[in-house]
Amino acid sequence: MTKAFEHDAIRAQFPTLSQQIDGQTLCYLDTAATSQKPQSVINAVNQYYQLNNANVHRAAHQLSARATRDYEAVRSQVQGFINSNRVDEIIFTHGTTESINMVAHGLTAQFDKDDIILVDTAAHHANIVPWQQLAKQTGAIIKPIPLNDDLTIDVDAYEQLLSLAPKLVALTHVTNALGTVNPIIELTQKAKQAGAITLVDGAQAIAHFAIDVQQIGCDFYVFSGHKMYGPTGVGILYGRYQILDTLTPMLTGGEMIKTVSFNGTEFGSLPNKLEAGTPAISAVIGLGAAISFMSDLPSDLVEQHEQTLLHYLQQQLDQLGDISLYGAGPNNVGVVAFNLAGEHHQDVGILLDQQGIAVRCGHHCAMPLMQHLNLKGCCRASIGLYNNKQDIDLFIDALRKVKELLL
Amino acid sequence: MPLNDKVSQAVLAIQQATNWQDKYRQIMLVGKVLAPLNETFKVEAAQVKGCESQAWLYHYQEADKHFFCADSDSRIVKGLIAILLDATHGKTSAEITSFDLERYFSHLGLSGQLSPSRTNGVTALANAIKQFAAT
Repeated sequence: MTKAFEHDAIRAQFPTLSQQIDGQTLCYLDTAATSQKPQSVINAVNQYYQLNNANVHRAAHQLSARATRDYEAVRSQVQGFINSNRVDEIIFTHGTTESINMVAHGLTAQFDKDDIILVDTAAHHANIVPWQQLAKQTGAIIKPIPLNDDLTIDVDAYEQLLSLAPKLVALTHVTNALGTVNPIIELTQKAKQAGAITLVDGAQAIAHFAIDVQQIGCDFYVFSGHKMYGPTGVGILYGRYQILDTLTPMLTGGEMIKTVSFNGTEFGSLPNKLEAGTPAISAVIGLGAAISFMSDLPSDLVEQHEQTLLHYLQQQLDQLGDISLYGAGPNNVGVVAFNLAGEHHQDVGILLDQQGIAVRCGHHCAMPLMQHLNLKGCCRASIGLYNNKQDIDLFIDALRKVKELLL
Repeated sequence: MPLNDKVSQAVLAIQQATNWQDKYRQIMLVGKVLAPLNETFKVEAAQVKGCESQAWLYHYQEADKHFFCADSDSRIVKGLIAILLDATHGKTSAEITSFDLERYFSHLGLSGQLSPSRTNGVTALANAIKQFAAT
């Protein structure tokens, strides 16, 4: 059966989007920072607190059994959603940042002085700073992967760096500042051939197209729930079992142990070993609802809708004039980065905000990329599946007024 | 002693502006009244943290009065600084300490620019001015 794609009906499921900001229709173009949530996700979180609130994995009573059942059901949902091999390869974290920190911390004991770590120049700080911390502690060396003029990864330079036999390669599936989609299967395969451990930051990819971690072949894939229509406070660390099981737990304490005595403690097995303490149960339940929401939509039509919108956005910005676009290609996903002539990105952001337009202005947690572009920052408009052509028209119209005022 | 008659006039115009375009046009105009800081003074030690844009603030004291020099790479932030200085430049410690930033900005119809969650740094700048006046 073909799944229906009635855009107005889908958009109507997002209550935040129907509000007015200072008497003007809200135009939300900041999904790359966080997505809005459909009613079904809000309901799921609510329902957990109204009916099933209990701690998980302590199923001595019915409520706890229900909470544990629902919590673990989401783990299976995530497994299916990204096609991992085993359900215990899915670890619930608080978000992408925590996931990467857990891997960096967990691998520290396996690193020696002068081991090499390759990091994407266009990476989010969350995929740079944890590696720097690891390097500081072990004497490992960070080497940035250079970019081409069009801001895609320079594959020739990448291959040369791989010939140095790096211990780990930290990649980005879709860059958060620019929306560049990296050839992740190719990059991962090359890293694996060079014998490196691979981690892929999928935070900006997960909401926009299907992810198959086995097809990518990476050791770790990480993302956040709140960027894929789910709640804040929950993220995923996927790890290939053999290597995930070698991570030293970053957090220790309750839930993650097998036995504890004052002579010593034996850790439990995956996934509990890496989920110390009470998890964000309601957020995990909400993430399950978000996956159901996304899975009920025809993914090919959603992708098509988003690409049509993004191309329209790129084209309208280009036509407006006096706009610099950064790394804007036809294959980008979700994001357009721009500046208006020589104007400060913050001035543009303040004046767009006056008109009910929500975009992000700043360095987008990608300072090394901004340094590479010789920019202080830029504006970023980003879309989700709920945006429509009217949003783009409102935005362009507002930006035209900003341009009239500033130039 | 007002910072400059032009600033004081512009602050009045901001208050009377009837739409956001007029308001922000006036804010940027008032920023132009402040002399730009020489590039050699745009150093990190003088930077006010908490702004998405860069802002620099210098202070000097004559007798019991405080005087300021400031600049920003954002035109709107520079305008907001000028508005701040109109209320604080050449004032005594007691006057600056008792200055009610929130009331002043809301009087100008700019209270939305003041919340700590805004990255324009006006609150940080106001705190820096008060700190200078307190020491």
